[in-house]
Order: sequence, then C-alpha cells, then structure tokens
Amino acid sequence: MEGASINRDLLLEKAQSLINSLESPETSDEQLESVIDEINNLRDNSLFNELGKMTREIHDSIMNFRMDSRVSDLAEVDIPDAKDRLEYVITMTEKAANTAMGVIEEGSPVAEKLGGEASELKAQWQKFRRREMSPDELRAMGHDLESFFDESEQMMSKLLTGFTEILMAQDFQDLTGQIIRQVINLVNEIETNLVELIKIQGETLVREEPEKKKSEETKLEGPQVPGKETSDDVMKGQDDVDDLLASLGF
Amino acid sequence: MKILIVDDFSTMRRIIKNLLRDLGFNNTEEADDGNTGLPKLQAGNFDFLVTDWNMPGMTGIDLLRAVRADEKLKDLPVLMVTAEAKKEQIVMAAQEGVNGYIVKPFTAQTLKEKIDKIFERIEG
Repeated sequence: MEGASINRDLLLEKAQSLINSLESPETSDEQLESVIDEINNLRDNSLFNELGKMTREIHDSIMNFRMDSRVSDLAEVDIPDAKDRLEYVITMTEKAANTAMGVIEEGSPVAEKLGGEASELKAQWQKFRRREMSPDELRAMGHDLESFFDESEQMMSKLLTGFTEILMAQDFQDLTGQIIRQVINLVNEIETNLVELIKIQGETLVREEPEKKKSEETKLEGPQVPGKETSDDVMKGQDDVDDLLASLGF
Repeated sequence: MKILIVDDFSTMRRIIKNLLRDLGFNNTEEADDGNTGLPKLQAGNFDFLVTDWNMPGMTGIDLLRAVRADEKLKDLPVLMVTAEAKKEQIVMAAQEGVNGYIVKPFTAQTLKEKIDKIFERIEG
C-alpha cells in the first residue's frame, strides 16, 4: 500500500536474522517460520499504522466540522429564521392579493352602476336631440343629469382611493424581494458547508450509486419555473396543453 | 348554474370566483380540498366543478375519481385549474375523465374559452 512506509532498519535486522538462521544448519523449521512471521508482522504493523492515521484524520475533520459553530448556527438559528421569513413572504403576498381583490370587488359594481346610468342618460339625450322630449321629461333629465354628475364625482374619487390602495399594496414586491434574497444567501452558505461535508465523506467512503428514481407518475411538482422545467415532457403553456388534449381526442 | 370552486389557496378561489362572476356565473361555493369539496358536491345540486390538483388532504385527481365513481355525480363537468404541467399528469387527468384542463398561470380569456367549450360539448 502506498504511503505505508516500512521501518527499513528493523527490516534489515530481521532479514539478516533470517539469513543467519538459514545459514545455520541447527535452525529448525519452526525457528525459520517464526522469523518469517516477524517480517510479515512488520508489514502488517505499518498497514495498521496507516489505517490508524487515516482514522485520526477523518475524526479530526469531522470534529473540526462539528466544532465550526457557524454550522450549528445554520441549523439551529438561520434555517428556522429563514422559514419564518418565507412564511412572512406568503403572508405579505396574500395580504397584497386580498387588498387588490377587495378594492376590485368593491369598485366593479360602482363602475357598472355609473356605466348603466350613463347609457340611460345618453338615451334620454338622444330623445331630446330628436326633439321628442316633453318639457316635463326635459326637467326630469336635467334633474337626472345633476345627480349623475354628483354621483360621478363621488364614485370617481372612491375609485381613485381604491387605485391608490392597490398601488400601495404593491410594496410587498420590494420587501419580499429583500427577504428572498437573504434566504438565497443562506442557501448559498449551506451549499458551501454541504460541499465541505461531502469532501470529508468523499475522502473516506466509496461513492454509492444513487438509487434509481422511482417511477414518479403521481408526484406533484407544482409550478414550473421557466428554464427550469423538471423534465422534457413539461408543457410550456396552455397552447401545449390544448394540443396534447386535442391529440387525445378532446 | 351552481359551481363549486376547490383550491387550497383562498386568493386563487377568490380570483376564480370573480372571473366566474364576470362571466355571469354568480352562484358559486368554495372548498379548500377534496375532503371538504366532495360532501358539498354530494349534498348540493352543483352543475359544474372547478378544482385544483395539488391540495393537502384529498387532491384534485382523487376528487375527480370520486366524482366519476359516484352514481349521482358521475356526469358532472369537471374543469381542472392547476400548476401541474407534466404530460403524463395531463394524460392521467384525461383518462380519469376530466372535461377541461387549464395550467396556472392562466388568463380570464382561457377560463372563458374552456368553460364555453365544455358546455358546447355537453349541449352539442
């Protein structure tokens, strides 16, 4: 084995003792065997020494790795903290979505109502232009117009307030962006440490063949990220889906 | 026309509910997964089901299977609206008898088209 250096002086001594034993006619076979065993042991010992050295190195590497307080901080503090931050991202995006939808749900009937009243007034106005309107009707139209203007004023200002609310709700993008960037940095750090760990393991253990991926027919993958599709048979969009379904007779 | 919307995210349910209202479907109810959705379907006279796929508890594909296996519900039109975009999943949904499949993110126009198409087919 390479690196397992044998004590040469000791080997020379043993070798001479072997030659002496061989040359002397009184040496019994048992005595010869014992000398040969001693030489053999010499080799085994250096092998054991080498193994011992390796074990110690592995042990040190592992201890160093565990002693590095950054790693335990990562596991005990940073990762739970990142989870809380990501939860907060969900909360913020959900709140923004609900704010926007709240304004829309309140504003849509308002816009619908104004639109309806405008069409009604338009019809009245056209009747007036055709000179088909009685003085009473004309008075009524004047009254309707006035209240329409009042209502328009109020409702437009309500809609504008709503638009501002939607605008302000978009501040989540900045905040979640910052939080997600922090989490990306954390993931980078974890990656570095994992690579360290794999190096320690890689020096000592034979890499095992990764288990073949199970048939993942029913595994749900969630949204596909453009450019990061998880396999080749991912649909790029609704058109792809429609084509596929059409090919199935839909 | 009474429609059940099943999705685990309340914002997505709200979006679909609003889009359906814009299309003139005012009578909608909501459920957050198959386990809460199926009893609603069995109890009420729903005419249409819009469901997500990936939900905790009972998934959309299992809900679809349960609907097709139920004597009273088996002809209910089912539209799947999901982020799952793998070919084999779409094929699976088709085999289980889905009537339409929309991948998220989607547009109001897509939702309208698919619903129109489903009703055209049923009436035609």
